[in-house]
Amino acid sequence: MINKTEAQRILERVMALSAADETEATLAGRDSALTRFAENVIHQNVEEHDAGLTVRAILGQRIGAASTNRLDEEGIQRVVRDAAEIARFAPEDAELLPRSGPQSYQEGEAYDPETAPEAVGPASRADAVAEIIEEAKGSELKAAGAFSNEEESTATANSKGVFAYHRGTGADFSVTAMAQDSSGWADHEARSVAQIDPQRLGRIAIEKALASQNPRAVEPGAYTVVLEPAAVEGIVSWLPLGFNALEVDEGRSFLTGKIGTKIAGDNITLYSDPYHPLHQGAPFDGEGMPKKRLTLIERGVAKDLAYDRVTAKRKNVAPTGHSLGGRSANGAWPSHLVLEGGDASLEEMIRSTERGILVTRFWYENILDRMKLIVTGMTRDGLFWIEDGEVRYAIRNFRFNQSVPEFLNHVEMMSEPVLVAGMAAPAMKVEGFHFTSGTAF
Amino acid sequence: MKQLCSLALDTAQSRGASYADVRIIETRREGLETKNEGVASMRRTEDLGFGVRVIANGSWGFAASRDITREAIEQTAAQAVAIAQASARVKHKAIRLTPGPSYEDVWKTPVKRDPFEVPAEEKIGLLLRINEELMRVKGVKVAQGYMNFVREHQYFASTEGSFIEQDLTRSGVGYSATAVGNDDVQRRSYPASFRGLWMGKGYELIEELPLLEHAGQTAEEAVALLTADQCPSGKRDLILSGDQLALQIHESVGHPTELDRVLGTEANYAGTSFATTDKLGNLRYGSPMVTIVADSTLVGGLATVGYDDEGVKAQKWPLIERGMLVGYLTSRETADAIGEPRSRGAMRADGWARIPLIRMTNISLMPNEGTLDDLIADTDDGILVSTNRSWSIDQQRVNFQFGCEIGWEIKKGKKVRLLKNPTYQGITTEFWGSCDFICGANEFVLWGVANCGKGQPGQTAEMSHGAAPARFIDVNVGVGYDK
Repeated sequence: MINKTEAQRILERVMALSAADETEATLAGRDSALTRFAENVIHQNVEEHDAGLTVRAILGQRIGAASTNRLDEEGIQRVVRDAAEIARFAPEDAELLPRSGPQSYQEGEAYDPETAPEAVGPASRADAVAEIIEEAKGSELKAAGAFSNEEESTATANSKGVFAYHRGTGADFSVTAMAQDSSGWADHEARSVAQIDPQRLGRIAIEKALASQNPRAVEPGAYTVVLEPAAVEGIVSWLPLGFNALEVDEGRSFLTGKIGTKIAGDNITLYSDPYHPLHQGAPFDGEGMPKKRLTLIERGVAKDLAYDRVTAKRKNVAPTGHSLGGRSANGAWPSHLVLEGGDASLEEMIRSTERGILVTRFWYENILDRMKLIVTGMTRDGLFWIEDGEVRYAIRNFRFNQSVPEFLNHVEMMSEPVLVAGMAAPAMKVEGFHFTSGTAF
Repeated sequence: MKQLCSLALDTAQSRGASYADVRIIETRREGLETKNEGVASMRRTEDLGFGVRVIANGSWGFAASRDITREAIEQTAAQAVAIAQASARVKHKAIRLTPGPSYEDVWKTPVKRDPFEVPAEEKIGLLLRINEELMRVKGVKVAQGYMNFVREHQYFASTEGSFIEQDLTRSGVGYSATAVGNDDVQRRSYPASFRGLWMGKGYELIEELPLLEHAGQTAEEAVALLTADQCPSGKRDLILSGDQLALQIHESVGHPTELDRVLGTEANYAGTSFATTDKLGNLRYGSPMVTIVADSTLVGGLATVGYDDEGVKAQKWPLIERGMLVGYLTSRETADAIGEPRSRGAMRADGWARIPLIRMTNISLMPNEGTLDDLIADTDDGILVSTNRSWSIDQQRVNFQFGCEIGWEIKKGKKVRLLKNPTYQGITTEFWGSCDFICGANEFVLWGVANCGKGQPGQTAEMSHGAAPARFIDVNVGVGYDK
């Protein structure tokens, strides 16, 4: 990680060295550590310290970009020189905009010193892992997983006076318990390692692995499903594909012509919100613009799109602070998703289900059709048959092919959201989910 | 560099490591992207750092830093040992590595024209000319072109006495045309999807391909797909083009034969494998026509190296022989675990900051005989699909599903109609077991996968898969659209 003073010094040095008409730079730093275990032993244990400086030089209507991880004087000089040289080669870009002036950013605290790799070292991580492995052995299971912690910083500046800095920490504990013919999984990610209880996660994984032994084969088809938050993330996180204003404008989004129309059930409201307590992400984008909170879907109606500066100018609206940086051909991307949940518990969802399937998580989700927003993938690590309000037995895994908008029109119950894979996602009960084939386990 | 490597190794040993290796890597990248009549991105990246991997108290430790000073090297090597000592609190038995010779050698990717010396105007000029050709076809809304070049200059040294210098070059080129209709969008890519064809070559890759010549056809197919019929659902004989077959090999043969997956060390993330060690030598993986070979020595391969990231010399060996599972992708540790005398040399890392993992090398389906025209003529009722668009497979690599950009229905030996959104789904051994026709060497092309993800923290690796078009009998097609 790079502290604010050092980030400011490096970025000021970039601006001082650059002879371009305008200059923009981003600087990222990351210190991370991860302990990985499988077959009841630690088999991989790593730590890395890296950084990246990207300089974009603008000469008239030409722009060039260069990046380096060398932050000494020679490295900075070279990356500034390279960016300018590339800009000289580049054809003119009629849509290239002048850099913006200083902006105001919403402050947020996302840094916990007790979570950085210096504070939680390999011995602490090994101790947490050892306890889980002992519990798994006690149940004649094998445990696998990863315990990671990191601190990172990001800063951006330009020659018109923009400077923004953000730092944060993160930790994640993920565990899979395995028996001969079954597995169970649990995961918790958080800004602070203190929020994570590895032993509780280990127990959940072990209980699921034991409960999912001797899985029975069930015919694929449309079923009522109760999805844990990780499974919901696996489906809903494909939605941002449609909320990119550039792709909507080009007719390449499933939302082209549908903004302001009903695309989901009344109970669905989805935000892009870096300021949400579960996220606390950087308050600026790759162009140094302040990130706005976007309401992507409000009570089922498609509402806001994500704009970078160029697309915003084309459409005569304000940029939303979701640029991917530079002169991207890919437009803007709504990050930090928050799906507003409900007040139901997972247990209530199960109790209310006459016949259905409880899904722990999905795996290898991929988009099958961007215009219909059909997603495919597999279930994994705990799939259970629900009958008369109770989990009855484990079943073999399925492949699904599911339209996301159709899915969002059949949500019956939701819980409070939790952070999973970078999204605030609730558990859900959904009618008519399409499982299309089975597998051998 | 040799002195810095020695400093890392000496420090690790003095702190208690029984084995250590160090990799110092400098990477240069250049990426160019055009969109319609303009340049979307021109970017150069340089990256330098080192990683130290050690065994201490019988367990692994790894630490990496971008700071190449004597002080940082000593500190990082010591940290790797401390991490290994922490790992050793939770171990079953001490790590053992298969023995092997040490090497002092230099190896370079054969390059005819250095891509980093080719003027940017030449590269951009070609991509913009291609876009112009694509946009000339009415109905094309977006034309995109890509060129990417990577050079990794790396030093590997180990406490066993190896000191290996390698200079690896990879190049990629491709383009796509996107046509937009009423409520439909269709894309065609050339030579392959996902930023085109990548190989272990220099700029000669770009010069050898008929890029401009194919632009018109690519654009016309994208537009034609807007009004094409939807691929029907049901069981059909399926012909895969070589580029789609490459990804089929990757997902349903390459990943399942990675021995770390087989032995369970990827269980929490990428998953395990159905191809367990008790099946080695006795699992019928495919029909007797199917022979699949791993080859780190293949000229032009994305995974072609002189040595892997454990310092093991590049090799060629069979994974599937006449349909039977006969081999795995191995490391020194996993080879020892299954009693093999030496590693196959499949360990590679994504740069200096990541620990080497078992990664696919170049894995190819051996050609048989006949042309694609012969294969079509031999097919009574089938579907031919080309150019990957979507992929997914379960965590034991059994149930897979793919989607492609384009398909054609074949009736009585002839292509009779164009099909949009073709998909197919199968079970790995049933699918390979149904292979009854593989075209000959004249149709064999080395395709590339430049974005293979694996591991925690995540790593990306590149590898090639050679394939000629092949036929599979009675496959589920049209899945995902059949509701």
